Amino acid sequence: MKHATQPGSWKRTLLSTTTAAAIASVGMLGVSATVQAEETFKVGLVTFLSGGASGPFGVPAAQAAETVIKAINAGELPPPYDTPGVNGLRLESVVVDEAGGPTQQVEEYRNLVQRQNVNAVIGYISSGDCLAVGPVAEELRTFTIAFDCGTPRMFEELDNPTYFFRTGLDAVADNVGAARYLLDLHPDVTRIAGIQQNYAWGQDSWLDFTLSMEQLMPDAEMVNNQTPQLFSGSYGSEISALQPRRPEIVHSSMWGGDMESFVSQANSRGLLGQATAILTTGESGLHRFQGQAPNGTILGGRGPFGAFMPENALSEWFNEAYEAEHGTKPSYPSSKMAQAILALKFAADNSGADGVPTSEQLASTLKGAEFESVSGTVRMALADGHQAMQDMLYGEYHYTPGEGAELRNVRSYRGECVSAPDGQNAQEWIEAGFPGAQCD
Amino acid sequence: MLTVWAILIDGFIYASWLFLVAAGLTVIYGVMRILNMAHGSLYALGAYAAASALGWYYAGGGSQLWMAFAILASCALLIGAISGLLIERGILRLMYGRDEILMLIVTFAILLILEDVMKLLWGTTPYFAWQPYAAMGRVEIDVLTVSGYDIMVLCLSAVIGLGLWFWLERTHTGKILRSIIHDREVSEAMGVNVRRMFTITFIIGATLGAVAGGITAPIISVVPGIGIEVIVLAFAVVVTGGLGSITGAAAGAIIVGLARATSIHTMPQFELFIIYAVMAGVLIFRPNGLFGQAIARKI
Repeated sequence: MKHATQPGSWKRTLLSTTTAAAIASVGMLGVSATVQAEETFKVGLVTFLSGGASGPFGVPAAQAAETVIKAINAGELPPPYDTPGVNGLRLESVVVDEAGGPTQQVEEYRNLVQRQNVNAVIGYISSGDCLAVGPVAEELRTFTIAFDCGTPRMFEELDNPTYFFRTGLDAVADNVGAARYLLDLHPDVTRIAGIQQNYAWGQDSWLDFTLSMEQLMPDAEMVNNQTPQLFSGSYGSEISALQPRRPEIVHSSMWGGDMESFVSQANSRGLLGQATAILTTGESGLHRFQGQAPNGTILGGRGPFGAFMPENALSEWFNEAYEAEHGTKPSYPSSKMAQAILALKFAADNSGADGVPTSEQLASTLKGAEFESVSGTVRMALADGHQAMQDMLYGEYHYTPGEGAELRNVRSYRGECVSAPDGQNAQEWIEAGFPGAQCD
Repeated sequence: MLTVWAILIDGFIYASWLFLVAAGLTVIYGVMRILNMAHGSLYALGAYAAASALGWYYAGGGSQLWMAFAILASCALLIGAISGLLIERGILRLMYGRDEILMLIVTFAILLILEDVMKLLWGTTPYFAWQPYAAMGRVEIDVLTVSGYDIMVLCLSAVIGLGLWFWLERTHTGKILRSIIHDREVSEAMGVNVRRMFTITFIIGATLGAVAGGITAPIISVVPGIGIEVIVLAFAVVVTGGLGSITGAAAGAIIVGLARATSIHTMPQFELFIIYAVMAGVLIFRPNGLFGQAIARKI
């Protein structure tokens, strides 16, 4: 007699088939997940997504990362990066907001490495964040590239780094380059003023610039330097303080919205009619000033980035792809992010690893290497092979209504001319008269 | 002598802007006893609305200055009034009678929410509506130049200050508000609709904040975070002058403006903390601020 609750044979068959299928499916999902994990190289991307630095730097950098990573996975980059993925692995990104300060960024870094299990980290615009994260990257033995921060103290304070790299220049090159550009194009100026944001970045920039000017143009007098609060936005009083000093040049390391506000106000108030501004981070405003910066304003972009990129297949591809996706030409933070990701691809593709390269393999490949980028050939020639040495460029802003902005009178200074030799303190190098500098 | 003139001119121009920023905060605290942290967000909302509307106007070929000002004013007034109404009716009304500290936390939460709302609406790219600032030209005084726009802000600030004083001291509504400030329970017992007066006060305070942002938009780059930057300054001003006092806010703004200008023209490296040094100096001798009054607590 059949029990009422006992399933019939067809039911048993259906049940067992379903169960088997379910187990198989779970198993296959598990295998699939494992394969997926093995096929992916996970990179943490840290950049400002909020706060004052997000608009001019953080978001353009994040957009550049999106463009480049998509192209890498599709194998659409020009040679030598035309193979899909990194070392054949699909590149996956985890984007983190850099806001919150160094303590939070150290926590975020540990979270990325220890909980999210990223294989590498690329990021950091703030110098304070770079200084804080560098030792943690070494402690956690994770391949990390600082893509933008400019502090020259980074490798001075990090003993014998193995995993931490910077694929761009430091801020010393900004200011040595600015002084050399003035010597070349404005050798007769004698009255120079400054306006810098009142924190380490602004103070260090002004110090490097004034030390360089003492060496290169000793007759020039520093008539005034203003130090407004970061993000203060209104610079009327500072402009009033600068104007009576009758400067011929106004040096500023201000960045982003602060720089644009200052230029607009100083232009309207006539300061930039009597003096030429030299803006060390001015390239990020090239396509935004729209006539608010007088023609002849001198702009820099910490190296061959943004509008200063040389013509090569990678830069042409990047310019077109970025503009097509984001509706504007890439500024220098975008190019620097692209360069850092290309450095990762170079390190992974040449690591010799079978599958996911280890941090040790990536680091030993990038250390002291030369790789192709949107800025030309990059040599990791400083900080014992952990920092790039590149040319520093400055040019003059020219805007024509209807045609847009362009750079004229661009001058390029070799890396060996604007960066202290490896292992030497930058300020001591400047004060000693740039010994060993190769500027020809 | 030139430096003295420069200090006076720059000091009063900056003070006028500070007063514009702090006026709404003072009105709301004076009447409602709410230290409105969200005032910074209302300022930012006004700035974003004005900057984006001016951007559309100029991108569309507009060039009339009076039209730009009409757009700027209507955007700021509209967004300030609507936001004020929504915040008061939607959130604060549910919290009346609670401790001042709790109200402070609630308005701080509103600030955080509005910061994200603005990021959602306007993104993180700076907005830059410089055209009205440039179009107002400049006035040359010896070797100094002063922006025509800054002079306009100074005049506007004086008008708003006098308007607020007149409203509170010489109108029927002002008398009712002063009675509420003096004793809320007795005012209610006398038939005053306190809740309606609170709504009106908050809308006016919020609109003042948005107008301050709208007026500032052509001077600065409008970026995420400007609301938080400005609320710190506004607090410094109203605390120096005495919480809740319009006269105190004006006096605080002038003192802070002149101190800042003096620092910039003589010791620029101290500009960063001169405002807070002035505030600390005043509070050492007058813990309730220059025009603040010690209030006896009911037990």
